[in-house]
Amino acid sequence: MRTAYLYGWLITGIVLALVAACLFGSTPMSITRVMAAILGQAPAGDVIVIWEIRLPRALAALVVGAALGISGAALQGLLRNPLAEPGVLGVTASAALAATFTLYYGLAAGSAYILPMASIVGALGATSLLAIAAMRIRSVVTLILLGVGLSSFSAALMSLLLNLAPNPFSLSDMINWLLGSVANRSYDDLKITTPLILAGMIILFVTRRGLSALTLGEEAASGIGLDLRKQRIAVVLGAGLATGAAVALAGAIGFVGIVAPHIVRPFVGYDPARSLLPSALLAGMILVLADIGVRLLPTNTELKLGVVAALIGAPAFIWIAVQRRTIND
Amino acid sequence: MTELVAKKIAVRARDTSLLEDVSLSLRPGELVAVLGPNGAGKTTMLRVLLGQQKVVAGSATIAGTPVADLSPAERARNLAYLPQRRPLAWPNTVRDIVALGRFAHGATLGRLGPVDRAAVRAAIEACDLVHLVDRHIDNLSGGELSRVHFARVIAAQTPLLIADEPVAELDPRHQLGIAQLIRNYVNDGGGALVVLHEIGLAARIADRLIWMKNGRIVADGSPRETMTEVRLEEIYGIRSRVGPDANGIDVRIDGVI
Repeated sequence: MRTAYLYGWLITGIVLALVAACLFGSTPMSITRVMAAILGQAPAGDVIVIWEIRLPRALAALVVGAALGISGAALQGLLRNPLAEPGVLGVTASAALAATFTLYYGLAAGSAYILPMASIVGALGATSLLAIAAMRIRSVVTLILLGVGLSSFSAALMSLLLNLAPNPFSLSDMINWLLGSVANRSYDDLKITTPLILAGMIILFVTRRGLSALTLGEEAASGIGLDLRKQRIAVVLGAGLATGAAVALAGAIGFVGIVAPHIVRPFVGYDPARSLLPSALLAGMILVLADIGVRLLPTNTELKLGVVAALIGAPAFIWIAVQRRTIND
Repeated sequence: MTELVAKKIAVRARDTSLLEDVSLSLRPGELVAVLGPNGAGKTTMLRVLLGQQKVVAGSATIAGTPVADLSPAERARNLAYLPQRRPLAWPNTVRDIVALGRFAHGATLGRLGPVDRAAVRAAIEACDLVHLVDRHIDNLSGGELSRVHFARVIAAQTPLLIADEPVAELDPRHQLGIAQLIRNYVNDGGGALVVLHEIGLAARIADRLIWMKNGRIVADGSPRETMTEVRLEEIYGIRSRVGPDANGIDVRIDGVI
């Protein structure tokens, strides 16, 4: 019952956030104008602003947040650690590196699918590496440190690419990419990445029972009948797909995947399986709201969503690390 | 009848022999304690029986089927396992942890079917956890937590169970409590294979003792037949006095040799 309420609140919140996202922007529009535009009974200009600019942008924030939220919740379940998250573990950084690579060499111009594919390959590479390491490394702290190292290394390679950028244009291209943003995203961008994100989310959702089992530790989880190998492969694949496609759509946005599951967990009895969907919904809502904030802040240049997410998320990460309520390492 | 049988098992890691010529059986209705010093190969043997350890020779079967050929869920429906290390990742409720015992039966936490719910309730009652069902496991004492783990194991309602040092780190009262729960499980028709370091407790509750040293089984028989001063000296290198008493066998450990 409690879960039903949770879903009710989250879905209501998302609908309200999406409507709010249509209300606010560089041109202020009244509610009646926005409602008329949403229903298509307004001047063509208004309809275009709402339907072609603000709504796809808000939807992009929603799907990116959902992808990062569910990936965070699933990785936390698999690695049995509340600090595991695509950003912290270097998955987003690896995806962004692979994507930047295609920008650097101008490969991305070839086809709209090249950048998302590169991004997904980068994410899958990082998640696979982590899952393989997780089989050998017993300490979760060491594993997080490995992720931090992976993240730093990706960042170093990225700096190298920036350093070697042939001209200021490609440099600013890449930097814009790295900071993370959903500004000016179109339905075409959404059409390419959303199915991949959904595929990743479905894979993670299907294997959710195994994440509950892992609560007991790997040895006992296998004892109660979990196929550990299959579980690892599924989570790596699902989180890699979802995160990679999210990075392809919005660049590197960190920490959402850690904050949302942390908030959700007490409402679902700390069960990793039951935290998957609510985490996706909450993270999606958080990013839609953060993106509204980005547009409302009176700064000369519009802030990048990734910057704001990190400004809020990084302190939250530290807070969670200090507050950790785990029984065992 | 679901019987667990191991025949002439050998396990090697690189050049070192971990298990050599290990044969044993476990039937429903008997409580078998495995005794032996640290490094004797007890845990490796359990891992073989659970299909988690590759062998170089021999086979382990449940009801005639090699454990390695069973899917993890099929194996888990016949053989429950309580590992020695039991790290819990999240502060779940007692009810949810016990319900995880129904995993191999397809149970999903928070949405248990009537059969699963009945099994969980029975396990919670058997382990005296009724008053704790809604508590989070990070608010339990070590003794309560050990009962939660055991309830999780018997909630699976398997014909057989393996427990690796189930009473380690417990005070004497809770040791006896868990031992009694294992005994109840066996009296209800289950077969339990339990690794113990508590020699006196093993002599008191077990129907049969399996003695291991250096990767081999050196004796397998009833406590009365196999619990002797000579054997304790040869297995553990300790001086002791063993004699019959009202409860079966009394073991007093005097010191090291």
